[in-house]
Amino acid sequence: MTNETIMVITGTRKGIGRYLAEYYCQRGYQVVGCSREESNFSHSHYRHFCVDVANEDEVRGMFYDIKRELGHVDIMINNAGIASMNHVLLTPMKTVQDIFDTNFIGTFLFCRESAKLMRRSGGRIVNFATVATPLNLEGEAIYAASKAAIESLTRVLARELAPFRITANAVGPTPVKTDLIRSVPEHKMAALLSRQAIRRYGEFRDISNVVDFFIKPESDFVSGQVIFLGGV
Amino acid sequence: MDAGNDKRREALNAIYFAMDQINAERSSDKLLKKEETTHLFGIGANMDSLELVTLVLAVESRVSNQLGVAVTLADEKAMSQRNSPFLTVKTLADYVVTKIEESSRD
Repeated sequence: MTNETIMVITGTRKGIGRYLAEYYCQRGYQVVGCSREESNFSHSHYRHFCVDVANEDEVRGMFYDIKRELGHVDIMINNAGIASMNHVLLTPMKTVQDIFDTNFIGTFLFCRESAKLMRRSGGRIVNFATVATPLNLEGEAIYAASKAAIESLTRVLARELAPFRITANAVGPTPVKTDLIRSVPEHKMAALLSRQAIRRYGEFRDISNVVDFFIKPESDFVSGQVIFLGGV
Repeated sequence: MDAGNDKRREALNAIYFAMDQINAERSSDKLLKKEETTHLFGIGANMDSLELVTLVLAVESRVSNQLGVAVTLADEKAMSQRNSPFLTVKTLADYVVTKIEESSRD
């Protein structure tokens, strides 16, 4: 990909998304980020949109602007996600709705709208899964299920978008020390890490390493795959 | 010419523009005829599902470029209609006009 490569990343105000926005701006990509609130990140290669990723009209409006200003999209990174640890029997319906809205509906909308702007010259979609799905983590039923839906979506997208030379893959991170796990007790995290083959927290660079692999030009024959970190 | 006719002409232009993209990938003996009676989808259709996707996206893109309005043709309403708006060039053109009018009202 050239320096004119246009990359859209969701959830760039903080955490992994913020890291990825900075990382790819530094490498010369034109990064379009978004979050519900304003971002304090500024860079000559960065443009921020305030959108709710699960709001279809807002997402369509964002891509309408991208099309008008930049013409196309090369890479879509669906990072935005929320989690809520709770026992299934104590999980309110509203929590389920919110998690599926942001994680699954948001990913779906950005896949659909970005693929429309990739179909002429091909592109790459990278979605975010989680080790909570294959590990069937207690307390994370809804989060894990929303990400399982993303895995399925990714595999079917890979087939439906292949004729347009668009690949779709997912990275499945282990816990990374971000706000997402801030409220999870330390002993719970230790128990989780003990189920990984490589027992440490994930680092931001572990994630960008997998994203780098999916988006490199030589990876145009890699699609429909989910790469889990930590040896899960 | 009144505004309604202008919209319909834009809609037809967008559809024919999209058909040009599909025809570019077809052999000369299988070209889609740029006529209102051409069947697009359903029984007697002249396109496969991937071509229909390409057509719909190309029409959306053309309408947005020419008229500055974002329309989504493949919405819930279109998918649930007893008579699909994607049956023929004519039904699609009529549908595109209604979507343009809806977007203009928003």
